[in-house]
Amino acid sequence: MSAYLQIKDLHKTFYPHGQPLKVLDGIDLDVEKGEIFGIIGFSGAGKSTLACCINRLEKADSGTIELGGTDILSLSKDQLLKQRHKMGMIFQNFNLFDSMTVYQNIAYPLEISGVPPKEIKQRVSETAELVGLTEKLKAHPGALSGGQKQRVGIARAIVTKPDFIISDEATSALDPQTTIQILDLLKEINQKYGITILMITHELDAIRYTCNRMAVLEGGKITESGLVRDIFENPHSKTGELFAKVFMLFQSPEFTKGEGI
Amino acid sequence: MSLLDSSFWEVFLASLSPEIWKDLWGPIGETLYMTAISSLIMLVFGIVIGILLDITNPNGLIPLKVSYTLSGWLINCLRSLPQMIMIILMIPVARLIFGKSYGTNACIIAIAASCIPMYARIVESSLLEIDKGKIEAAQAMGSKNISIILKVLLPETLPSLIRGFTVSVITVLSMTALAGMFGAGGIGDIAVRYGYQRFQHDRLFACVYILVILVQLIQGIGNLVSKRILKSRNLI
Repeated sequence: MSAYLQIKDLHKTFYPHGQPLKVLDGIDLDVEKGEIFGIIGFSGAGKSTLACCINRLEKADSGTIELGGTDILSLSKDQLLKQRHKMGMIFQNFNLFDSMTVYQNIAYPLEISGVPPKEIKQRVSETAELVGLTEKLKAHPGALSGGQKQRVGIARAIVTKPDFIISDEATSALDPQTTIQILDLLKEINQKYGITILMITHELDAIRYTCNRMAVLEGGKITESGLVRDIFENPHSKTGELFAKVFMLFQSPEFTKGEGI
Repeated sequence: MSLLDSSFWEVFLASLSPEIWKDLWGPIGETLYMTAISSLIMLVFGIVIGILLDITNPNGLIPLKVSYTLSGWLINCLRSLPQMIMIILMIPVARLIFGKSYGTNACIIAIAASCIPMYARIVESSLLEIDKGKIEAAQAMGSKNISIILKVLLPETLPSLIRGFTVSVITVLSMTALAGMFGAGGIGDIAVRYGYQRFQHDRLFACVYILVILVQLIQGIGNLVSKRILKSRNLI
């Protein structure tokens, strides 16, 4: 059986001042249905570009992306819009619409995909309850805390009942406590609805807490991938080693005792 | 009464007298009419052209480099014409539309022609202020471009669009005063005919008060509305 999300030999080159910059340099990736798959990398490793290539906000130069049997790169414009209705995306900066209330923000993806108003109302209130925002539906995003904003972001991503969500640094702008709540929420929707989640982040703990399998992205290449445990214990790439080292450091008795290193 | 033979104080007192003001209500009406109609035309065309500029921008929704460069160049050309020259250039156009080249309606054409390019640029810069992430989010959800423009781009930048419009309406107002020289009537006409040509400085003073009050009113309303919107969105 082939994987749910299958990326093969994906290339993307930008030309920022006329000079070629290889951001993705032959990415191969398999994500199974129903799992939360982590991608970790330093800034500039190509994480966000990879995320944007999957829903074609960026057009890849070459390679293939197959999602649930659909060849993403060969979709026509209309097909692409329909495909995007079926996949959610969560952002580091939330990217909520300030001109709309929380309700309208969550309803927006349904409105643009032509869901009848009655159903919109029901779906929004269901989703708001799931993410714990029933009280805030009439508020504007400007009145919410970071954690609440990200809950709206998640509600907006899952309200269309997608099979697949891309989380692009969803917790990187949040404090540790809120991060855990948001990660718990992501785990919950993953288990409850079987939504496959691709979690892109530079935070070790987020990956360790949420994912079973992960890949390390380094200089536009996947340098290693496998079970999270294996990579932390026995890293083979520079980034992996560095992350493992940082992780060990935080776990070391000197550090946890608070005596400094 | 003139400053040439009377003291400043006497002219000031005369400028408040009822005889002067009873001749001013008509021109005030003309000025308001010209400002309102020109602003409305400017608003409609300015928004449309501003949106086109924004989306055809190389980083916009529908990048069209050639059209963007050409329209940018054309707008810069139009904007480099001083308003007075624009009025003169528009005389044949006004004659074509209204059958006469002078009067309030004729000048509205000139004022709109002069202010549309300016307001289009202001709209463009307001629209460019939007956080690109919001557009990206709307695209990731599968929005068509038209819903991005109508439901995201315009509402999100509304407070900034209103502030830009306020500034532009004030420019329109000052231009109606200039158009007074070309037979448009209004406050500018009074200021030129009485204040400049006949040295009746009391009337000139009265015109200045009116313009100052109008500008304060317009700016005040614009600030109030944009602040209200920001407040309702909990952004201030």
